Amino acid sequence: MDLVLILSAGVNVAIFLFILELIRRNRLKEKYALLWLFSAVVLLLFSASRELLHSVATLFGIKYPPSLIFLLGFFFLLVINVHFSTVISKLSDRNKTLAQEIALLREKLGRCRLDEE
Amino acid sequence: MKSTMLIVIPAYNEEESIGAVIEDLRVHCPDAEIAVVNDGSSDRTAAVARSLGVTVLDLPVNLGIGAAVQTGYRYAHERRHDVAVQFDGDGQHRADQIGNLLQPVSEGKADMVIGSRFLEKGRYRAGAARSFGIKVLSGVISLIVRRRITDPTSGFRVVNRDIIRFCSERYPDDYPEPEAIVVLHRAGFRIAEVPALMDQRQFGSSSITFVRGIYYMIKVLLAVMIDLIRKQ
Repeated sequence: MDLVLILSAGVNVAIFLFILELIRRNRLKEKYALLWLFSAVVLLLFSASRELLHSVATLFGIKYPPSLIFLLGFFFLLVINVHFSTVISKLSDRNKTLAQEIALLREKLGRCRLDEE
Repeated sequence: MKSTMLIVIPAYNEEESIGAVIEDLRVHCPDAEIAVVNDGSSDRTAAVARSLGVTVLDLPVNLGIGAAVQTGYRYAHERRHDVAVQFDGDGQHRADQIGNLLQPVSEGKADMVIGSRFLEKGRYRAGAARSFGIKVLSGVISLIVRRRITDPTSGFRVVNRDIIRFCSERYPDDYPEPEAIVVLHRAGFRIAEVPALMDQRQFGSSSITFVRGIYYMIKVLLAVMIDLIRKQ
């Protein structure tokens, strides 16, 4: 059980640093990184504190405490994905508006050229 | 060669005040080009501006204050302006103060000058109470740029050509006013502050409660810290 917790802690530290580095290189915007950073911190806390892990696991009737980490990780991934789905939806709408604007501008431009002739 | 100035007015639903703002600017800066950046307003802000004959940069979607201001900078860069002024469209900023901000830039003493509500010839203005959030933010930013910045959220600024070019390529989206100070400082630009008189909000109300002020301050500080570690 110890080894899996060490592994989990290590992975979460790595994820946290990786996300920070992506932000640093301007490849990831902070607002999309916040959920990842929060998840990594929470999972790290549970990996680092045996007492916390055991007490919360017992609270939910989980027999094998490290399962709680997997469960939490799964829920965080769900939340992050739903968040991304909403972001993609908004971007789609924006994209559509921009494309339509271009069509309207093309028409205006065409009409300007015709008026000049 | 004559120095050309572009006044950027980012505007979101400011149809009531934009006319007076443009008039004020025309009186005090008759040679400057005025560009209203319409940030997807649902009211007649763009139509009013157009009817007054100023340049209108009409964004097809709402992008937020940071992107709207950057649109103005991109236009300034395209039109090869020497100096750009950031000016609010709600009537709080006064055009007669632009000269004070312009001076250090034209003298080459600073690359960006911020107009502060809280300064008066080097001292704090008596009676102009700064909220706790602004005080803390001001302290942190002053520490970072190693200069006293008393009004980091002020959108009243004058910048030179080099900053116009830099900002046309990179400008923060989330909390542009304080973030830009930090980003520009890290890029090596010289930032200064001068006192600027401002008028009270004419229309609408500013409802920043204490709790919201703290929340805002925390978010800005986080953004600023990330800006500090970002690659230049």
